[in-house]
Amino acid sequence: MSARVLVGVKRVIDYAVKIRVKPDHTGVVTDGVKHSMNPFCEIAVEEAVRLKEKKLVKEIVAVSCGPQQVQETIRTALAMGADRGIHVEVSGKDYETLGPLQVSKIMAALAKKEEADLIILGKQAIDDDCNQTGQMTAALLDWPQGTFASELTLEGGKLKVVREIDGGLETIMINMPAVVTADLRLNTPRYATLPNIMKAKKKKIANVKPADLGVDVSSRLEVLNVEEPAQRLAGVKVETVDDLVGKLKEAGRI
Amino acid sequence: MLKAVNKTYLRQLSGLIQRFQSTLVVAEHNNDTLTPITLNAITAANKLGSDVSCLVAGTNCAKVAEQLSKVQGVKKILIAQHAAYKGSMPEELTPLILATQKQFGFTHICAGASAFGKNLLPRVAAKLDVAPISDIIEIKSADTFVRTIYAGNALSTVKCNESVKIFTVRGTSFEPAAVDGGSASSEEVSSSAAAGVSEWLEQTLTKSDRPDLASAKVVVSGGRGLKSGDNFKLLYDLADQLNAAVGASRAAVDAGYVPNDMQVGQTGKIVAPELYIAVGISGAIQHLAGMKDSKTIVAINKDPEAPIFQVADFGLVADLFKVVPELTEALKK
Repeated sequence: MSARVLVGVKRVIDYAVKIRVKPDHTGVVTDGVKHSMNPFCEIAVEEAVRLKEKKLVKEIVAVSCGPQQVQETIRTALAMGADRGIHVEVSGKDYETLGPLQVSKIMAALAKKEEADLIILGKQAIDDDCNQTGQMTAALLDWPQGTFASELTLEGGKLKVVREIDGGLETIMINMPAVVTADLRLNTPRYATLPNIMKAKKKKIANVKPADLGVDVSSRLEVLNVEEPAQRLAGVKVETVDDLVGKLKEAGRI
Repeated sequence: MLKAVNKTYLRQLSGLIQRFQSTLVVAEHNNDTLTPITLNAITAANKLGSDVSCLVAGTNCAKVAEQLSKVQGVKKILIAQHAAYKGSMPEELTPLILATQKQFGFTHICAGASAFGKNLLPRVAAKLDVAPISDIIEIKSADTFVRTIYAGNALSTVKCNESVKIFTVRGTSFEPAAVDGGSASSEEVSSSAAAGVSEWLEQTLTKSDRPDLASAKVVVSGGRGLKSGDNFKLLYDLADQLNAAVGASRAAVDAGYVPNDMQVGQTGKIVAPELYIAVGISGAIQHLAGMKDSKTIVAINKDPEAPIFQVADFGLVADLFKVVPELTEALKK
């Protein structure tokens, strides 16, 4: 099969970082904070690379929207095995308000331009926790969607997707072209090896602007305020099981 | 004087606007019973001070429509029964919701932030060219919502200037609507032909006699400290004494101790029970995201430095293999 896969990758604050809210309540502190590829995007890249290794796809294009720094994230995807990258340059105020609606319009426009057969995204970004972009991209293209995928199989022009749902798992069959979003259990992403990181430096990253794709990035959502959630009061350590049972009875929990 | 007139006028005007607001709640169900999170979504919808309608789409809607007709705060039930709605595929439900929206012109469309709601609503939103809002925990006004970002470590207040507000509701942040005393009317709705681009094949549900994790009053969760799937039996025994649901950390799921639908956290289920007992769970940011709104948190861990103790109301630094059976015995008395 000669499919082309588009993989969306987002640069986010590293998952292990304890975030801090800005004193002016406009957002969280991002300057000087460790960033890396969104964990769900890593899984999406890994899945695309595995499909290529099975010779089910011929080309993987990694896409990221944002300022100059997202090129590092694209490089990481290239080092994992993506063939080329597209950096959709969005910066300043537009980047601050860039949300799933705008990104999905960009992804949909690129999918048409690049004649993609499959788009793989992570199920959610760990910063905005929206869980929207994949579904919205599928809608804009009128393609079927296989969200929260934990297993993906190509079967004669169709995709069999095992999805993680609330009560367990479900299996669906969707026509190609399609959009799939990766859940944690889809695979274990590989580490990029040094030779591959070196090779990735030679791979091409094209630079485009949303306007080149005919996408308006203005947003009708306004963040009024960002604040810290209420802190829990410090608790107490108990010495024995009996103490614990006593405390829980006292608190009326058992 | 003029000021007073203006104020009255404004109040009347806002009353008028409120009366013209109408919300569609997309009901989640399994063709037999309504999924409880729909009741939480109905409560959220009622906070908008508007007429609330519920859409029931499925292959067999009669029973669910019957249940919904008695739910307090629901004015109208829209019923769409068709073989194409098997498995609630979003490719089939989206055109139906768009047709319904065209007919009734809702100002708000919402659903519970479950796997069903998260899968469906963004697709609807994109078709209407509006930015949706995920997993809201509070409604400040008809256009202003609060949601968490960064795994629950920040609260973001968002004003939505879209013509239609589309959002999913965090079930644990709103009380369930009462399931009796309501008297909704019902009406059939239909959409165009089946899209036919996707097909539901099968489901493998984890069977359990225990209460549903997302709505249980008590949750007992295990992590990597359990060391094996067999050892989870210790937690099942404890849960049985408390009529609790059993959850897990990602580590326990990844290690294969338990199925992934038991995962509590940023990427799993969000729970807020009265009592949450974390056993052998260190308390990573991603896990805390799913349980730190629990009323009382108990941590049992042998590592006194484990971050879980920073959020626990009662902490017991001990070997879980010793104290969990003791706790189970103590509760039998």
